Amino acid sequence: MDAEVLHLYELMVRSRFFEELTKVLWEDGLIPGELHLGIGTEAAIAGVVSNLIDGDAIASDHRSTPEFIMRGVNPSSILLEMMGHPGEESLCAGLGGHMHLFSKEYLMATSGIVGASLPGAVGFALAAKYKKTDNIAVSFSGEGSYNQGHALESLNLASTLQLPVLFVCKDNGWSITSKSSDFTGGNLVQRANGFGIDGISLNGLDVEEVYNAIQVIIPRIRKNKKPYFLHVLVTHREGHFTTDPLLNPKDTLKKYGASITKSFLTPKGANLGKRIKSVGTILSSLMEFRKQVKSKNDPLYITRRKHQELAQEFDEVDQNIHREIKKILERTLEIYGGKSK
Amino acid sequence: MKRMNFDEAIENAIIQAMLEDDRIIIMGEDVHTNRSALVARFSDRIFPTPISEASFLGAGITAAMAGLKPIVELWMIDFICVAFDAIVNHATKVYDFSGKRWGVPLVIRAPCGGGLGDGGQHEQILYGSIASIPGIKILLPSNPADAGGLMLAALQEKHPVIFLEHKLLSEQLLYYLGGSGRNTVKFDVPENGIEGEVPDHWVPLEIGKLKVLKEGTDLTMVSAGVAVHRCMDAAIELEKQNISAEILDLRTIVPLDIDNIAASVQKTGKILIVDEDYKQFGLSGEIAASLLERKLNFTYQRIGTETTIPFSPQLEVKTLPSVEKIVSMSQFLFYGSH
Ligand SMILES: Cc1ncc(C[n+]2csc(CCOP(=O)(O)OP(=O)(O)O)c2C)c(N)n1
Ligand SMILES: [Mg+2]
Repeated sequence: MDAEVLHLYELMVRSRFFEELTKVLWEDGLIPGELHLGIGTEAAIAGVVSNLIDGDAIASDHRSTPEFIMRGVNPSSILLEMMGHPGEESLCAGLGGHMHLFSKEYLMATSGIVGASLPGAVGFALAAKYKKTDNIAVSFSGEGSYNQGHALESLNLASTLQLPVLFVCKDNGWSITSKSSDFTGGNLVQRANGFGIDGISLNGLDVEEVYNAIQVIIPRIRKNKKPYFLHVLVTHREGHFTTDPLLNPKDTLKKYGASITKSFLTPKGANLGKRIKSVGTILSSLMEFRKQVKSKNDPLYITRRKHQELAQEFDEVDQNIHREIKKILERTLEIYGGKSK
Repeated sequence: MKRMNFDEAIENAIIQAMLEDDRIIIMGEDVHTNRSALVARFSDRIFPTPISEASFLGAGITAAMAGLKPIVELWMIDFICVAFDAIVNHATKVYDFSGKRWGVPLVIRAPCGGGLGDGGQHEQILYGSIASIPGIKILLPSNPADAGGLMLAALQEKHPVIFLEHKLLSEQLLYYLGGSGRNTVKFDVPENGIEGEVPDHWVPLEIGKLKVLKEGTDLTMVSAGVAVHRCMDAAIELEKQNISAEILDLRTIVPLDIDNIAASVQKTGKILIVDEDYKQFGLSGEIAASLLERKLNFTYQRIGTETTIPFSPQLEVKTLPSVEKIVSMSQFLFYGSH
């Protein structure tokens, strides 16, 4: 088991360090666009991806970097893509960007359209079944996507066509600034059950919990050719995207508070008591968003705390991956810089 | 007269309209935060929704039929595609199907457009694809005064309207989508579009009337939204080369003010259409066909987006309309060669 824990830890750290690097590059203006990081979701993703075999497919959303890294797609090509480098070394020649990563080789497709991962995985699974392989398809998306029509249709389609799909719902409790419990009727596992799909809810911050469950679940999907629904609790430690104003209370007040204050000063509309109440509700709900960053909710921290006997090995992994990522950065910047010469 | 930001002007016009007309409600993802200033005043008229565009846009149609005036918001116009049925088969059809007895006073508000390095699923403008469906008006203001006036007009319409809000003109969207915390990236923001003079009290602008932004004698430039500002910048350059461009800001894509386009083309004999939307099968072709139907004599060129908008900023600038392209195409139109 120690070897497995170390392997899972390594997958998580590689993804974490890589994404931390992308965050710095983004802040430096070297990565364009919005940047949605999967920091805080590594345990859930490592627990699943470590159980995939060659030929398994993944359809993911706007937050897909961890699965690309853990699946083994060339990190430098991902980085160049995220930097918008228009060269053949980039994963998608600079045309896709971080919300639209594609690897034909690894059968990995993503979409920035919320919900699109589900039909995506269903089609991959259909092809796998039709070709009489043992392969499965995995859909990764947030809990918010399960309110999208085509997502729910996909659950039904996979169920009725009996397709080998693992639907992974990464639930951080939020979609942008919306608290998902306010926007989701019923319970998502039961929702999947309603479509005739078995499902389970796990603590996605604990990599072993996910890994152990998935070791049973995925072989069953391969064998029975039936979809399965995995609900995992995760966090987005960097918020919805980098420099999310909700993670910074000053910014939250600046962005939402200022306009609210202004609206207080203007006459007409609801009476003052009602105004104060509605504003209070918004602000206190938004402040809850920050719970995601507590260190006791960090999957890396949780693994390290659970296995204190492996502290030294963990440190070694950290150092090795740190070196590895540094090399990737050097190589990437060489290619990137070479171009602009 | 006072000055306002583009998004402030829209919000201000909406507040004025909401105070006058309690049928107006607002629905969409994250509207409790994105419209927090309105929540305080009109909390029971703001309906934040799950990520379910097909449903809440469809529901907006019948809510409108039942007497409300919903402003249904999308995070971006690109996402209308998951709810396209609501536009193509419902919002635009009810009035005709009902024997012209039942209108749908629905306003769809959506950010649009490129220039933020967000890639081909988050930067489209898509008015051409929607414009071909009879029964819906499409507005694309280029400055705060037009934005407020057109929003007010939209809220007085009896039929569906799409109100497009270019991201490069909106302080709020630039702050949020552009990355509030980094100053390391600069966007090509038109300063005359993001902020400007607005009236003290909003009056609705007439929908379907273009505005002549600059008079000229040698060629007519037609565009809308951010592209208008690119044309204005190009005109300064062209002026130095003794080419005088007349610049028309469409303001509304549908209905198209073809009368006033024709009047300008009759004067200049040359037209350049600068269209941020896809070049093929869209606005630029529509204008050409409409002018030809009037048997006008003119020479014609167009600039439009021909491919998927690339993520890479250096490819993106080559794909979207730019001052450089406009200058070069104008020279071509003027001299008959490059
Ligand atoms: C069809 C569509 N509607 C809206 C959006 C804007 N949007 C991008 S991410 C997001 C929230 C997604 O929430 P969730 O699925 O929980 O994923 P998370 O970001 O929390 O990982 C929204 C609404 C979009 N990209 N696509
Ligand atoms: Mg979420």
